Amino acid sequence: MTPPVKFSAFLILFAVTVAFPLVVSLPTYQNFAILVLMVAQLGVAWNILGGYAGQVSLGHAAFFGIGAYTSSALVTLAGLSPWIGLVAGAGMACLFALVVGAICFRLKGHYFAMATIAVAEIVQVVISNCDPLSGAVGIYLPLTPRGAAAFVFSGKAPYYYIALTLLAASLLVNHLIARSRVGYYLRAIKDEPDAARSLGINLPRLKLIALAVSSALTAMGGTLYAQKELFIDPPSVLGTQLSLKIALVAILGGVGTLWGPVIGAAVLVAIEECSRIFFGSSGLGTDMIVYGTLIIVVAVKSPSGIAGLLRAGVQALQARRRPGVAAPQEVEERA
Amino acid sequence: MTVLLSVEGLCKTFAGLVANNAISFTVAEAEIVGLIGPNGAGKTTLFNCLAGYHRPTAGRVRFAGRDITGLPPETIARQGIARTFQIVRVFQTMTAIENVMVGALLHCRQPSSAAALAREWLDFTGLAYRAAQPASALTVSEQKRLEVARALALHPRLILLDEIMAGLTPIEVREASDLVRRIRDLGIAVIIVEHVMEGIMPIADRILVLDYGEKIADAPPARVVRDPAVLSAYLGA
Repeated sequence: MTPPVKFSAFLILFAVTVAFPLVVSLPTYQNFAILVLMVAQLGVAWNILGGYAGQVSLGHAAFFGIGAYTSSALVTLAGLSPWIGLVAGAGMACLFALVVGAICFRLKGHYFAMATIAVAEIVQVVISNCDPLSGAVGIYLPLTPRGAAAFVFSGKAPYYYIALTLLAASLLVNHLIARSRVGYYLRAIKDEPDAARSLGINLPRLKLIALAVSSALTAMGGTLYAQKELFIDPPSVLGTQLSLKIALVAILGGVGTLWGPVIGAAVLVAIEECSRIFFGSSGLGTDMIVYGTLIIVVAVKSPSGIAGLLRAGVQALQARRRPGVAAPQEVEERA
Repeated sequence: MTVLLSVEGLCKTFAGLVANNAISFTVAEAEIVGLIGPNGAGKTTLFNCLAGYHRPTAGRVRFAGRDITGLPPETIARQGIARTFQIVRVFQTMTAIENVMVGALLHCRQPSSAAALAREWLDFTGLAYRAAQPASALTVSEQKRLEVARALALHPRLILLDEIMAGLTPIEVREASDLVRRIRDLGIAVIIVEHVMEGIMPIADRILVLDYGEKIADAPPARVVRDPAVLSAYLGA
Protein backbone atom coordinates (compact mmCIF):
# COMPACT_ATOMS: atom_id res chain seq x y z
CA MET A 1 0.00 0.00 0.00
CA THR A 2 1.19 3.51 -0.79
CA PRO A 3 1.51 5.94 2.15
CA PRO A 4 -1.61 8.05 1.28
CA VAL A 5 -3.72 4.88 0.86
CA LYS A 6 -2.36 3.56 4.14
CA PHE A 7 -3.08 6.82 5.91
CA SER A 8 -6.66 7.08 4.67
CA ALA A 9 -7.27 3.42 5.54
CA PHE A 10 -5.99 4.21 9.01
CA LEU A 11 -8.29 7.28 9.31
CA ILE A 12 -11.34 5.25 8.23
CA LEU A 13 -10.47 2.50 10.70
CA PHE A 14 -10.08 5.09 13.44
CA ALA A 15 -13.44 6.74 12.65
CA VAL A 16 -15.24 3.39 12.52
CA THR A 17 -13.84 2.15 15.82
CA VAL A 18 -14.58 5.44 17.60
CA ALA A 19 -18.14 5.64 16.21
CA PHE A 20 -18.95 1.95 16.80
CA PRO A 21 -20.62 2.19 20.26
CA LEU A 22 -22.56 5.28 19.17
CA VAL A 23 -24.04 3.45 16.19
CA VAL A 24 -24.36 -0.04 17.63
CA SER A 25 -26.16 0.22 20.97
CA LEU A 26 -27.03 -3.45 21.56
CA PRO A 27 -24.98 -4.55 24.61
CA THR A 28 -24.29 -8.02 23.13
CA TYR A 29 -22.52 -6.52 20.13
CA GLN A 30 -20.77 -3.92 22.24
CA ASN A 31 -19.56 -6.67 24.53
CA PHE A 32 -18.31 -8.65 21.52
CA ALA A 33 -16.35 -5.61 20.34
CA ILE A 34 -14.85 -5.06 23.80
CA LEU A 35 -13.74 -8.71 23.91
CA VAL A 36 -12.07 -8.37 20.51
CA LEU A 37 -10.25 -5.21 21.63
CA MET A 38 -9.10 -6.79 24.90
CA VAL A 39 -7.91 -10.02 23.32
CA ALA A 40 -6.21 -8.05 20.54
CA GLN A 41 -4.39 -5.92 23.10
CA LEU A 42 -3.09 -9.05 24.83
CA GLY A 43 -1.93 -10.47 21.51
CA VAL A 44 -0.14 -7.22 20.64
CA ALA A 45 1.58 -7.25 24.05
CA TRP A 46 2.59 -10.92 23.63
CA ASN A 47 3.93 -10.19 20.16
CA ILE A 48 6.65 -7.87 21.51
CA LEU A 49 8.29 -10.87 23.18
CA GLY A 50 7.03 -13.76 21.05
CA GLY A 51 6.91 -12.05 17.68
CA TYR A 52 9.85 -9.67 17.60
CA ALA A 53 12.25 -11.37 20.02
CA GLY A 54 11.10 -14.88 19.05
CA GLN A 55 10.73 -16.00 22.67
CA VAL A 56 7.49 -18.00 22.77
CA SER A 57 5.78 -17.60 26.14
CA LEU A 58 2.94 -19.95 27.05
CA GLY A 59 2.55 -18.42 30.49
CA HIS A 60 1.42 -14.86 29.84
CA ALA A 61 -1.67 -15.44 32.02
CA ALA A 62 0.70 -15.02 34.98
CA PHE A 63 1.25 -11.36 34.05
CA PHE A 64 -2.42 -10.85 33.23
CA GLY A 65 -3.36 -12.34 36.62
CA ILE A 66 -0.77 -10.29 38.48
CA GLY A 67 -2.26 -7.14 36.93
CA ALA A 68 -5.81 -8.19 37.80
CA TYR A 69 -4.94 -9.28 41.34
CA THR A 70 -2.77 -6.25 42.14
CA SER A 71 -5.44 -3.71 41.25
CA SER A 72 -8.24 -5.78 42.83
CA ALA A 73 -6.31 -6.27 46.06
CA LEU A 74 -5.53 -2.56 46.23
CA VAL A 75 -9.25 -1.78 45.77
CA THR A 76 -10.56 -4.29 48.32
CA LEU A 77 -7.77 -4.23 50.89
CA ALA A 78 -6.47 -0.66 50.69
CA GLY A 79 -9.38 1.19 49.09
CA LEU A 80 -7.14 2.59 46.37
CA SER A 81 -8.42 3.59 42.94
CA PRO A 82 -8.11 0.92 40.22
CA TRP A 83 -6.30 3.50 38.13
CA ILE A 84 -3.49 3.42 40.68
CA GLY A 85 -3.85 -0.37 40.59
CA LEU A 86 -3.43 -0.30 36.81
CA VAL A 87 -0.02 1.29 37.15
CA ALA A 88 0.93 -0.73 40.24
CA GLY A 89 -0.10 -3.97 38.50
CA ALA A 90 2.07 -3.13 35.50
CA GLY A 91 4.96 -2.43 37.86
CA MET A 92 4.46 -5.67 39.77
CA ALA A 93 4.27 -7.70 36.55
CA CYS A 94 7.42 -5.97 35.33
CA LEU A 95 9.34 -6.87 38.50
CA PHE A 96 8.07 -10.43 38.40
CA ALA A 97 9.02 -10.64 34.72
CA LEU A 98 12.58 -9.53 35.44
CA VAL A 99 13.01 -12.25 38.08
CA VAL A 100 11.40 -14.93 35.91
CA GLY A 101 13.30 -13.78 32.83
CA ALA A 102 16.65 -13.81 34.57
CA ILE A 103 16.08 -17.51 35.27
CA CYS A 104 14.08 -18.71 32.24
CA PHE A 105 16.16 -16.96 29.55
CA ARG A 106 18.92 -19.41 30.37
CA LEU A 107 16.73 -21.85 28.45
CA LYS A 108 16.28 -21.78 24.69
CA GLY A 109 13.42 -22.51 22.31
CA HIS A 110 10.93 -25.14 23.45
CA TYR A 111 12.51 -25.31 26.88
CA PHE A 112 11.83 -21.62 27.46
CA ALA A 113 8.19 -22.12 26.43
CA MET A 114 7.86 -25.06 28.82
CA ALA A 115 9.37 -23.06 31.68
CA THR A 116 6.83 -20.27 31.15
CA ILE A 117 3.98 -22.81 31.44
CA ALA A 118 5.45 -23.96 34.74
CA VAL A 119 5.83 -20.41 36.06
CA ALA A 120 2.19 -19.59 35.26
CA GLU A 121 1.03 -22.79 36.97
CA ILE A 122 3.06 -21.95 40.08
CA VAL A 123 1.54 -18.47 40.25
CA GLN A 124 -1.95 -19.94 39.89
CA VAL A 125 -1.35 -22.48 42.69
CA VAL A 126 0.19 -19.86 44.99
CA ILE A 127 -2.67 -17.39 44.55
CA SER A 128 -5.30 -20.16 44.86
CA ASN A 129 -3.87 -20.86 48.31
CA CYS A 130 -3.36 -17.27 49.38
CA ASP A 131 -6.04 -16.37 51.96
CA PRO A 132 -5.57 -12.57 51.95
CA LEU A 133 -6.41 -12.70 48.22
CA SER A 134 -9.47 -14.90 48.90
CA GLY A 135 -7.71 -17.96 47.46
CA ALA A 136 -9.74 -20.12 45.13
CA VAL A 137 -12.98 -18.24 45.97
CA GLY A 138 -11.89 -15.19 44.04
CA ILE A 139 -12.34 -11.47 44.61
CA TYR A 140 -15.66 -9.63 44.15
CA LEU A 141 -15.05 -5.97 43.41
CA PRO A 142 -17.44 -3.30 44.74
CA LEU A 143 -20.22 -2.25 42.32
CA THR A 144 -20.30 1.26 43.75
CA PRO A 145 -19.27 4.04 43.56
CA ARG A 146 -19.54 4.33 39.81
CA GLY A 147 -17.86 6.72 37.45
CA ALA A 148 -14.58 7.38 35.74
CA ALA A 149 -12.60 7.84 38.98
CA ALA A 150 -13.76 4.47 40.36
CA PHE A 151 -13.26 2.66 36.99
CA VAL A 152 -16.80 1.20 37.33
CA PHE A 153 -19.45 2.01 34.74
CA SER A 154 -23.07 0.97 34.23
CA GLY A 155 -22.94 0.95 30.44
CA LYS A 156 -20.62 -0.91 28.09
CA ALA A 157 -19.41 2.08 26.07
CA PRO A 158 -16.86 3.41 28.62
CA TYR A 159 -15.21 -0.02 28.81
CA TYR A 160 -15.15 -0.07 25.04
CA TYR A 161 -13.27 3.23 24.90
CA ILE A 162 -10.84 2.22 27.63
CA ALA A 163 -10.13 -1.06 25.84
CA LEU A 164 -9.69 0.84 22.57
CA THR A 165 -7.28 3.30 24.20
CA LEU A 166 -5.27 0.48 25.76
CA LEU A 167 -5.09 -1.34 22.41
CA ALA A 168 -4.05 1.85 20.61
CA ALA A 169 -1.38 2.50 23.24
CA SER A 170 -0.08 -1.07 22.91
CA LEU A 171 0.03 -0.78 19.12
CA LEU A 172 1.90 2.50 19.45
CA VAL A 173 4.46 0.98 21.84
CA ASN A 174 4.84 -1.96 19.47
CA HIS A 175 5.32 0.36 16.50
CA LEU A 176 7.87 2.53 18.30
CA ILE A 177 9.86 -0.49 19.46
CA ALA A 178 9.85 -2.03 15.98
CA ARG A 179 11.37 1.15 14.53
CA SER A 180 13.92 1.66 17.29
CA ARG A 181 17.35 0.21 17.91
CA VAL A 182 15.78 -2.32 20.29
CA GLY A 183 13.40 -3.47 17.55
CA TYR A 184 16.25 -4.15 15.12
CA TYR A 185 18.18 -5.95 17.83
CA LEU A 186 15.19 -8.13 18.75
CA ARG A 187 14.66 -9.18 15.13
CA ALA A 188 18.38 -9.94 14.82
CA ILE A 189 18.23 -12.10 17.95
CA LYS A 190 15.24 -13.98 16.56
CA ASP A 191 16.96 -14.65 13.22
CA GLU A 192 20.52 -15.52 14.32
CA PRO A 193 21.33 -15.22 18.02
CA ASP A 194 25.03 -16.09 17.58
CA ALA A 195 25.53 -13.52 14.84
CA ALA A 196 23.71 -10.94 16.99
CA ARG A 197 26.24 -11.51 19.77
CA SER A 198 29.10 -10.91 17.34
CA LEU A 199 27.66 -7.43 16.81
CA GLY A 200 27.86 -6.50 20.47
CA ILE A 201 24.24 -7.32 21.32
CA ASN A 202 23.68 -8.43 24.91
CA LEU A 203 21.05 -11.16 24.43
CA PRO A 204 19.76 -11.55 28.00
CA ARG A 205 19.43 -7.79 28.43
CA LEU A 206 17.46 -7.32 25.20
CA LYS A 207 15.17 -10.26 25.95
CA LEU A 208 14.51 -8.85 29.43
CA ILE A 209 13.54 -5.48 27.95
CA ALA A 210 11.07 -7.20 25.60
CA LEU A 211 9.65 -9.31 28.43
CA ALA A 212 9.31 -6.32 30.78
CA VAL A 213 7.39 -4.22 28.24
CA SER A 214 5.26 -7.19 27.19
CA SER A 215 4.39 -8.14 30.77
CA ALA A 216 3.52 -4.57 31.82
CA LEU A 217 1.07 -4.18 28.93
CA THR A 218 -0.41 -7.61 29.62
CA ALA A 219 -0.93 -6.70 33.29
CA MET A 220 -2.84 -3.55 32.26
CA GLY A 221 -5.15 -5.80 30.26
CA GLY A 222 -5.65 -7.79 33.48
CA THR A 223 -6.77 -4.74 35.43
CA LEU A 224 -9.20 -3.77 32.68
CA TYR A 225 -10.66 -7.30 32.74
CA ALA A 226 -11.08 -7.20 36.53
CA GLN A 227 -12.87 -3.84 36.40
CA LYS A 228 -15.11 -4.92 33.54
CA GLU A 229 -16.18 -8.23 35.12
CA LEU A 230 -15.91 -7.01 38.75
CA PHE A 231 -15.00 -10.58 39.68
CA ILE A 232 -11.74 -12.47 39.32
CA ASP A 233 -10.62 -15.92 40.44
CA PRO A 234 -7.47 -17.94 39.64
CA PRO A 235 -8.86 -20.00 36.70
CA SER A 236 -10.30 -16.97 34.90
CA VAL A 237 -7.24 -14.69 35.09
CA LEU A 238 -4.39 -17.16 35.62
CA GLY A 239 -5.54 -20.28 33.73
CA THR A 240 -3.50 -22.16 31.14
CA GLN A 241 -6.34 -21.69 28.64
CA LEU A 242 -5.82 -17.92 28.84
CA SER A 243 -2.07 -18.26 28.28
CA LEU A 244 -2.70 -20.36 25.20
CA LYS A 245 -5.32 -17.96 23.90
CA ILE A 246 -2.94 -14.99 24.16
CA ALA A 247 -0.26 -16.85 22.20
CA LEU A 248 -2.74 -18.24 19.66
CA VAL A 249 -4.12 -14.79 18.82
CA ALA A 250 -0.69 -13.58 17.77
CA ILE A 251 0.33 -16.81 16.02
CA LEU A 252 -2.94 -17.07 14.10
CA GLY A 253 -2.94 -13.41 13.13
CA GLY A 254 0.73 -13.12 12.26
CA VAL A 255 3.77 -13.40 14.49
CA GLY A 256 5.97 -10.32 14.46
CA THR A 257 3.47 -8.13 12.59
CA LEU A 258 1.84 -5.02 14.01
CA TRP A 259 -1.76 -5.75 13.01
CA GLY A 260 -1.64 -9.56 13.02
CA PRO A 261 -2.83 -9.98 16.62
CA VAL A 262 -5.77 -7.63 15.98
CA ILE A 263 -6.89 -9.76 13.03
CA GLY A 264 -6.27 -12.92 15.04
CA ALA A 265 -8.36 -11.59 17.93
CA ALA A 266 -11.31 -10.77 15.69
CA VAL A 267 -11.25 -14.29 14.24
CA LEU A 268 -10.75 -16.08 17.56
CA VAL A 269 -13.40 -14.16 19.51
CA ALA A 270 -15.86 -14.65 16.64
CA ILE A 271 -15.28 -18.41 16.73
CA GLU A 272 -15.66 -18.46 20.49
CA GLU A 273 -18.90 -16.50 20.50
CA CYS A 274 -20.41 -18.44 17.58
CA SER A 275 -19.70 -21.75 19.28
CA ARG A 276 -21.50 -20.37 22.34
CA ILE A 277 -24.51 -19.29 20.31
CA PHE A 278 -24.82 -22.64 18.53
CA PHE A 279 -23.93 -25.03 21.34
CA GLY A 280 -24.80 -23.07 24.48
CA SER A 281 -22.87 -22.19 27.66
CA SER A 282 -19.18 -22.79 27.02
CA GLY A 283 -19.73 -24.07 23.47
CA LEU A 284 -19.07 -27.72 24.42
CA GLY A 285 -15.43 -27.16 23.57
CA THR A 286 -16.20 -26.75 19.86
CA ASP A 287 -14.29 -23.48 19.85
CA MET A 288 -11.14 -25.37 20.82
CA ILE A 289 -11.68 -27.82 17.94
CA VAL A 290 -11.98 -24.95 15.47
CA TYR A 291 -8.96 -23.16 17.04
CA GLY A 292 -6.89 -26.30 16.70
CA THR A 293 -7.86 -26.78 13.07
CA LEU A 294 -7.09 -23.15 12.27
CA ILE A 295 -3.68 -23.37 13.90
CA ILE A 296 -2.84 -26.44 11.81
CA VAL A 297 -3.99 -24.71 8.62
CA VAL A 298 -1.97 -21.57 9.42
CA ALA A 299 1.12 -23.56 10.39
CA VAL A 300 1.02 -25.51 7.11
CA LYS A 301 -0.21 -22.88 4.68
CA SER A 302 1.08 -19.58 6.03
CA PRO A 303 3.50 -19.51 8.95
CA SER A 304 3.26 -15.72 8.88
CA GLY A 305 -0.41 -15.99 9.84
CA ILE A 306 -3.52 -14.37 8.41
CA ALA A 307 -1.62 -11.07 8.08
CA GLY A 308 0.93 -12.86 5.87
CA LEU A 309 -1.86 -14.32 3.69
CA LEU A 310 -3.45 -10.88 3.28
CA ARG A 311 -0.12 -9.27 2.37
CA ALA A 312 0.57 -11.94 -0.24
CA GLY A 313 -2.93 -11.35 -1.65
CA VAL A 314 -2.44 -7.57 -1.88
CA GLN A 315 0.94 -8.02 -3.60
CA ALA A 316 -0.55 -10.46 -6.11
CA LEU A 317 -3.35 -7.97 -6.89
CA GLN A 318 -0.90 -5.12 -7.38
CA ALA A 319 1.27 -7.23 -9.65
CA ARG A 320 -1.78 -8.10 -11.80
CA ARG A 321 -2.88 -4.46 -12.01
CA ARG A 322 0.44 -3.37 -13.55
CA PRO A 323 1.32 -6.07 -16.09
CA GLY A 324 3.86 -3.84 -17.92
CA VAL A 325 6.04 -3.46 -14.84
CA ALA A 326 8.20 -6.42 -13.91
CA ALA A 327 8.23 -7.60 -10.32
CA PRO A 328 11.15 -6.02 -8.39
CA GLN A 329 12.88 -9.37 -8.01
CA GLU A 330 13.16 -9.88 -11.78
CA VAL A 331 14.60 -6.40 -12.24
CA GLU A 332 17.29 -7.07 -9.67
CA GLU A 333 18.21 -10.37 -11.23
CA ARG A 334 18.81 -8.75 -14.57
CA ALA A 335 20.94 -5.97 -13.07
CA MET B 1 54.61 -1.70 14.29
CA THR B 2 52.40 -1.68 17.38
CA VAL B 3 51.04 -4.99 18.52
CA LEU B 4 47.24 -5.07 18.49
CA LEU B 5 46.51 -8.68 19.36
CA SER B 6 48.75 -11.06 21.20
CA VAL B 7 47.93 -14.69 21.87
CA GLU B 8 50.06 -16.61 24.37
CA GLY B 9 49.95 -20.37 24.84
CA LEU B 10 46.32 -20.69 23.82
CA CYS B 11 44.86 -24.18 24.37
CA LYS B 12 41.36 -25.44 23.71
CA THR B 13 40.32 -29.02 24.38
CA PHE B 14 36.91 -30.62 23.86
CA ALA B 15 36.50 -33.60 26.21
CA GLY B 16 40.09 -34.72 25.67
CA LEU B 17 40.33 -33.76 22.01
CA VAL B 18 43.00 -31.08 21.65
CA ALA B 19 41.73 -28.56 19.06
CA ASN B 20 44.27 -25.82 19.81
CA ASN B 21 47.56 -26.61 21.51
CA ALA B 22 49.77 -23.86 22.97
CA ILE B 23 49.31 -21.43 20.10
CA SER B 24 51.16 -18.11 20.35
CA PHE B 25 51.30 -15.29 17.83
CA THR B 26 50.80 -11.54 17.49
CA VAL B 27 49.00 -9.34 15.02
CA ALA B 28 50.05 -5.75 14.41
CA GLU B 29 47.72 -2.88 13.57
CA ALA B 30 46.59 -2.84 9.95
CA GLU B 31 48.27 -6.15 9.21
CA ILE B 32 46.79 -8.94 7.08
CA VAL B 33 47.46 -12.35 8.58
CA GLY B 34 46.40 -15.47 6.71
CA LEU B 35 45.43 -18.49 8.77
CA ILE B 36 45.69 -21.73 6.83
CA GLY B 37 45.86 -25.44 7.53
CA PRO B 38 44.23 -28.72 6.52
CA ASN B 39 40.62 -29.42 7.48
CA GLY B 40 40.28 -30.00 11.21
CA ALA B 41 43.53 -28.17 12.01
CA GLY B 42 41.71 -25.94 14.52
CA LYS B 43 41.35 -22.70 12.55
CA THR B 44 37.70 -22.08 13.33
CA THR B 45 38.24 -23.11 16.96
CA LEU B 46 40.97 -20.49 17.20
CA PHE B 47 38.61 -17.88 15.75
CA ASN B 48 35.94 -18.88 18.24
CA CYS B 49 38.43 -18.51 21.10
CA LEU B 50 39.48 -15.04 19.91
CA ALA B 51 35.88 -13.88 19.40
CA GLY B 52 34.65 -15.23 22.74
CA TYR B 53 32.50 -18.09 21.44
CA HIS B 54 34.78 -20.60 23.17
CA ARG B 55 36.49 -20.08 26.50
CA PRO B 56 40.15 -21.09 26.11
CA THR B 57 41.19 -24.03 28.31
CA ALA B 58 44.52 -22.30 28.94
CA GLY B 59 46.50 -19.33 27.69
CA ARG B 60 45.97 -15.58 27.33
CA VAL B 61 44.49 -13.34 24.68
CA ARG B 62 45.39 -9.66 24.89
CA PHE B 63 43.81 -7.09 22.61
CA ALA B 64 44.74 -3.40 22.48
CA GLY B 65 46.52 -3.70 25.82
CA ARG B 66 43.63 -5.42 27.60
CA ASP B 67 43.21 -9.04 28.67
CA ILE B 68 40.12 -10.32 26.87
CA THR B 69 40.57 -14.03 27.64
CA GLY B 70 37.22 -15.72 28.24
CA LEU B 71 35.09 -12.60 27.80
CA PRO B 72 31.68 -13.15 26.12
CA PRO B 73 31.33 -12.40 22.37
CA GLU B 74 29.26 -9.23 22.83
CA THR B 75 31.91 -7.68 25.09
CA ILE B 76 34.72 -8.59 22.71
CA ALA B 77 32.74 -7.13 19.79
CA ARG B 78 32.34 -3.88 21.75
CA GLN B 79 36.10 -3.77 22.34
CA GLY B 80 36.78 -3.82 18.61
CA ILE B 81 36.96 -7.37 17.25
CA ALA B 82 34.42 -8.17 14.52
CA ARG B 83 33.94 -11.48 12.75
CA THR B 84 32.17 -13.31 9.96
CA PHE B 85 30.99 -16.91 10.06
CA GLN B 86 32.18 -19.85 8.01
CA ILE B 87 28.59 -20.96 7.49
CA VAL B 88 26.80 -17.70 6.75
CA ARG B 89 24.60 -16.29 9.46
CA VAL B 90 22.92 -13.28 7.92
CA PHE B 91 19.60 -12.14 9.37
CA GLN B 92 17.40 -13.87 6.80
CA THR B 93 14.15 -11.99 7.38
CA MET B 94 15.81 -8.57 7.23
CA THR B 95 16.87 -6.67 4.13
CA ALA B 96 20.54 -6.32 3.23
CA ILE B 97 20.72 -2.76 4.54
CA GLU B 98 18.93 -3.72 7.77
CA ASN B 99 21.53 -6.43 8.32
CA VAL B 100 24.31 -3.86 8.18
CA MET B 101 22.28 -1.41 10.28
CA VAL B 102 22.25 -3.92 13.15
CA GLY B 103 26.04 -3.63 13.17
CA ALA B 104 26.06 0.15 12.80
CA LEU B 105 23.60 0.57 15.69
CA LEU B 106 26.33 -0.33 18.18
CA HIS B 107 27.91 3.11 17.88
CA CYS B 108 25.08 5.16 16.46
CA ARG B 109 21.79 4.72 18.22
CA GLN B 110 19.47 6.39 15.73
CA PRO B 111 18.20 3.96 13.07
CA SER B 112 18.14 6.77 10.47
CA SER B 113 21.83 7.61 10.88
CA ALA B 114 22.67 3.90 11.15
CA ALA B 115 20.96 3.45 7.78
CA ALA B 116 23.18 6.14 6.24
CA LEU B 117 26.29 4.42 7.60
CA ALA B 118 25.02 1.03 6.46
CA ARG B 119 24.60 2.36 2.92
CA GLU B 120 28.26 3.42 2.89
CA TRP B 121 29.38 -0.06 3.94
CA LEU B 122 27.15 -1.66 1.30
CA ASP B 123 28.85 0.61 -1.23
CA PHE B 124 32.25 -0.39 0.10
CA THR B 125 31.48 -4.10 -0.34
CA GLY B 126 29.77 -3.62 -3.70
CA LEU B 127 26.31 -4.58 -2.47
CA ALA B 128 24.57 -1.20 -2.76
CA TYR B 129 22.27 -2.43 -5.53
CA ARG B 130 21.00 -5.17 -3.18
CA ALA B 131 20.18 -2.82 -0.27
CA ALA B 132 16.41 -3.26 -0.26
CA GLN B 133 16.41 -7.00 -0.96
CA PRO B 134 15.79 -9.53 1.80
CA ALA B 135 19.10 -11.10 2.80
CA SER B 136 17.67 -14.53 1.98
CA ALA B 137 17.43 -13.48 -1.70
CA LEU B 138 21.19 -12.87 -1.97
CA THR B 139 23.58 -15.50 -3.36
CA VAL B 140 25.87 -17.24 -0.88
CA SER B 141 28.89 -15.21 -1.97
CA GLU B 142 26.87 -12.01 -1.61
CA GLN B 143 25.73 -13.13 1.83
CA LYS B 144 29.38 -13.59 2.79
CA ARG B 145 30.14 -10.05 1.64
CA LEU B 146 27.07 -8.86 3.54
CA GLU B 147 28.56 -10.37 6.69
CA VAL B 148 31.77 -8.45 5.98
CA ALA B 149 29.80 -5.20 5.60
CA ARG B 150 27.89 -5.94 8.80
CA ALA B 151 31.13 -6.61 10.69
CA LEU B 152 32.78 -3.45 9.33
CA ALA B 153 29.82 -1.38 10.51
CA LEU B 154 30.99 -2.08 14.06
CA HIS B 155 34.09 0.06 13.41
CA PRO B 156 36.40 -2.75 14.53
CA ARG B 157 40.18 -2.54 14.90
CA LEU B 158 40.50 -6.21 14.01
CA ILE B 159 38.27 -8.27 11.76
CA LEU B 160 38.22 -12.07 11.61
CA LEU B 161 37.17 -13.34 8.18
CA ASP B 162 36.24 -17.03 7.97
CA GLU B 163 36.50 -18.43 4.41
CA ILE B 164 34.93 -15.56 2.50
CA MET B 165 36.46 -16.76 -0.80
CA ALA B 166 35.17 -20.34 -0.79
CA GLY B 167 33.24 -21.22 -3.94
CA LEU B 168 34.04 -18.00 -5.81
CA THR B 169 35.06 -17.74 -9.47
CA PRO B 170 38.65 -16.59 -10.16
CA ILE B 171 37.45 -13.06 -10.93
CA GLU B 172 35.42 -12.95 -7.74
CA VAL B 173 38.44 -14.18 -5.78
CA ARG B 174 40.44 -11.23 -7.12
CA GLU B 175 37.63 -8.88 -6.07
CA ALA B 176 37.56 -10.44 -2.61
CA SER B 177 41.35 -10.04 -2.23
CA ASP B 178 40.98 -6.44 -3.28
CA LEU B 179 38.23 -5.97 -0.67
CA VAL B 180 40.50 -7.36 2.07
CA ARG B 181 43.26 -4.99 1.00
CA ARG B 182 40.87 -2.03 1.10
CA ILE B 183 39.80 -3.06 4.62
CA ARG B 184 43.46 -3.06 5.69
CA ASP B 185 43.88 0.37 4.08
CA LEU B 186 41.24 1.67 6.50
CA GLY B 187 43.67 0.81 9.29
CA ILE B 188 41.87 -2.38 10.30
CA ALA B 189 43.90 -5.53 11.02
CA VAL B 190 42.62 -8.68 9.31
CA ILE B 191 42.99 -12.33 10.22
CA ILE B 192 41.65 -14.41 7.38
CA VAL B 193 41.02 -18.15 7.35
CA GLU B 194 41.20 -19.35 3.78
CA HIS B 195 41.69 -22.43 1.63
CA VAL B 196 41.85 -20.41 -1.58
CA MET B 197 45.64 -19.86 -1.78
CA GLU B 198 45.59 -17.64 -4.87
CA GLY B 199 43.28 -15.31 -2.94
CA ILE B 200 45.33 -15.04 0.20
CA MET B 201 49.01 -15.42 -0.78
CA PRO B 202 49.26 -12.15 -2.75
CA ILE B 203 47.76 -10.01 0.02
CA ALA B 204 48.87 -11.51 3.33
CA ASP B 205 51.75 -9.91 5.24
CA ARG B 206 52.20 -13.16 7.11
CA ILE B 207 50.79 -16.66 6.97
CA LEU B 208 50.11 -18.71 10.06
CA VAL B 209 49.85 -22.44 9.48
CA LEU B 210 48.00 -24.77 11.84
CA ASP B 211 48.16 -28.56 11.77
CA TYR B 212 46.55 -30.87 14.33
CA GLY B 213 45.90 -27.89 16.57
CA GLU B 214 49.51 -26.68 16.60
CA LYS B 215 51.17 -23.74 14.93
CA ILE B 216 53.73 -25.17 12.52
CA ALA B 217 54.72 -21.99 10.66
CA ASP B 218 54.46 -18.23 11.00
CA ALA B 219 56.22 -16.38 8.15
CA PRO B 220 55.70 -14.25 5.04
CA PRO B 221 53.85 -16.11 2.21
CA ALA B 222 56.97 -16.62 0.07
CA ARG B 223 58.75 -18.45 2.88
CA VAL B 224 55.72 -20.47 4.02
CA VAL B 225 55.20 -22.10 0.61
CA ARG B 226 58.75 -23.52 0.77
CA ASP B 227 58.55 -24.57 4.43
CA PRO B 228 59.10 -28.36 4.62
CA ALA B 229 56.80 -28.74 7.64
CA VAL B 230 53.99 -26.98 5.78
CA LEU B 231 54.53 -29.04 2.64
CA SER B 232 54.38 -32.28 4.58
CA ALA B 233 51.20 -31.18 6.40
CA TYR B 234 49.48 -30.41 3.11
CA LEU B 235 50.90 -33.13 0.89
CA GLY B 236 51.52 -35.77 3.54
CA ALA B 237 55.11 -36.17 2.31
